[in-house]
Amino acid sequence: MPDQFLFATEVFINGLMAGVLYALVALGFVLIYKASGIFNYAQGVMALFAAMTLVGIMNGQVPFSHIINAVFGTEIHHFGWHVPAFLAIILTVGVMVGFAWLVQRLVMRHLVGQEPIILFMATIGLAYFLEGVSDLMWGSEIKKLDVGLPQGGSFWIEDMTAGLGSDNFYGFFIDNLDMVATVVAALLVVGLVLFSQYTKQGRAMRAVADDHQAALSVGISLNFIWVLVWSVAGFVALVAGIMWGTKSGVQFSLSLIALKALPVLMLGGFTSIPGAIVGGLIIGVGEKMFEFWIGPLVGGATENWFAYVLALLFLVFRPQGLFGEKIIERV
Amino acid sequence: MFYREAGDFKTSYEQDSQTFPIKFDRFRYYAVLAIAFLVVPFVINDYWANAILLPFLIYAIAAIGLNILVGYAGQVSLGTGGFMAVGAYACYKFMTMMPEVSMFVHVLLAGGMTAIVCVVFGLPSLRIKGFYLAVATLAAQFFLVWLFNRVPWFYNYSASGQISAPERDVFGILITGPNAPAWATYMFSLIFLTLCALVARNLTRGTIGRSWMAIRDMDIAAEIIGVNPLKAKLTAFAVSGFFIGISGALFFSVYLGAVEVGEAFGITKSFLVLFMVIIGGLGSIFGSFAGAAFLVLLPVVLKVVGVDVLGWPTDIVAHFQLVIVGALIIVFLIVEPHGLAQLWRVAKEKLRLWPFPH
Repeated sequence: MPDQFLFATEVFINGLMAGVLYALVALGFVLIYKASGIFNYAQGVMALFAAMTLVGIMNGQVPFSHIINAVFGTEIHHFGWHVPAFLAIILTVGVMVGFAWLVQRLVMRHLVGQEPIILFMATIGLAYFLEGVSDLMWGSEIKKLDVGLPQGGSFWIEDMTAGLGSDNFYGFFIDNLDMVATVVAALLVVGLVLFSQYTKQGRAMRAVADDHQAALSVGISLNFIWVLVWSVAGFVALVAGIMWGTKSGVQFSLSLIALKALPVLMLGGFTSIPGAIVGGLIIGVGEKMFEFWIGPLVGGATENWFAYVLALLFLVFRPQGLFGEKIIERV
Repeated sequence: MFYREAGDFKTSYEQDSQTFPIKFDRFRYYAVLAIAFLVVPFVINDYWANAILLPFLIYAIAAIGLNILVGYAGQVSLGTGGFMAVGAYACYKFMTMMPEVSMFVHVLLAGGMTAIVCVVFGLPSLRIKGFYLAVATLAAQFFLVWLFNRVPWFYNYSASGQISAPERDVFGILITGPNAPAWATYMFSLIFLTLCALVARNLTRGTIGRSWMAIRDMDIAAEIIGVNPLKAKLTAFAVSGFFIGISGALFFSVYLGAVEVGEAFGITKSFLVLFMVIIGGLGSIFGSFAGAAFLVLLPVVLKVVGVDVLGWPTDIVAHFQLVIVGALIIVFLIVEPHGLAQLWRVAKEKLRLWPFPH
């Protein structure tokens, strides 16, 4: 097989993997949007916050140590213990549930019935707030996250595929972490679908998504469901945070993956879980291939905008995204 | 007592349709103008100009522009940073290509250029609505910043990739460059702000402003009663782009002097201007001023309190600033979704009845 084709295939596969990671973030958006009609801009910062909390708990960092030291003139930074990854993840899930409860209690409850755009702005405010809080709580330096996931290229795949091309071709380079992420994403989607189809809470969640008032009238507690939805979104954010944090370190830029997930959402439609996955794959492959073929001709770094322009072109022909519900407007 | 319209009779149509129909409002407006034009330039110094007044004036122009698009026409845009960058780079190219032309012309041309770009990126708004549109405008933000970063023609092939404003004068007085006096840059920006505010105020209460608001309130209904959505949406994008371009041009040439596009006109700038519009009040020209003043002053005040008074490290204060801005936005949206402008309206109502509220 010609090398050029093999390289393109490698780019294609890596694009698929990157797409899965985008889809992971997009999933969190879709969950909240479906259940409460809120477009949650803070999803990316939630991933950052979750990852930072996880690292902080694992390293036994003292929360808000910077402020405490600045106010009282002390020098405390660590409790001096290390928490095993599994326990730390459970604790972080607890923190995210607490955060979900606070958001529902302090913010969203007071904004019921406001226009969607006001709710969207509120989540931007929430994103700023959470970003500041996570920096104050855990410090803003780049942290290493290691929960025991495999990293680096897979030698096995490289060896297996090296024979396909000529001597210049050394086999496909595929990151182990990306493969783990793909498996995790698949499990997550299956889990979410099972949860929403077969459990009482999941069905209540879908009922709320369908019609708030009808759900209320059959005795579903909106407050509880919204806390539940934000918790699930927090959990998805944690998973995305772990994957991205392991890949590139836990730092501010982690919150920018939300911006990567937005075109995925536009492409797939805000209301569709399969749409998030398919959209993620299209964006991931599209931007990698575009960078591979066209990028060198126009100066590179096209990943910054390609996804948006692609999604924009898509929307012009299909305003509700690929899998979104048809928008019907009445006067 | 302080604010009333008793005895304020209008006897002609001109009086009834003037910009500020209430006498008190009118005199307050004249007083503010007089102070801004006749007093401030004589007492201004470099610190005040660079830390507070110039950013306020320039952001106020941007906020007015965005308010027209978001507050009046209801088309949410997250591409303000990118459009400001268009203004800045257009201004730079005009300044270096035609050095003999007056700076006023450059800034206006930059505004016009941005209006064109803004209309192009506004075209999808005819098909896409709401969140989808908000996200679509992000395409403009990222694409434009990338473009100015990667195509050397825009920054005249300078080695650093930055653009820096050459020295230009108006009537022999330096306006740009490091040697420009504070009062001159202040006056230059103030003139543009005054003109922009006047134009915006009068556009929004005329036919075109009403068609924008009709589209904002319900576009299908507006279309049925005969408002042309194509015209209304695209004019909103054009006018908004014109103002944002002017503010971008001033931001680069008069205020910063040298600009690196990703840093000065990134996505955070888009959000900053959007917050000004929200905190100030959607659909209000006064709100744009109030929001810009609030968000320009807030970091300065926080820095003075945190660093100078309490002696905390700057990075902690910077994080606190994020927390406070975020919390304030949420509080504002919960307590008063219509922003500072609505608080002002309520205060006026109260003052009208004071001291006998019943």
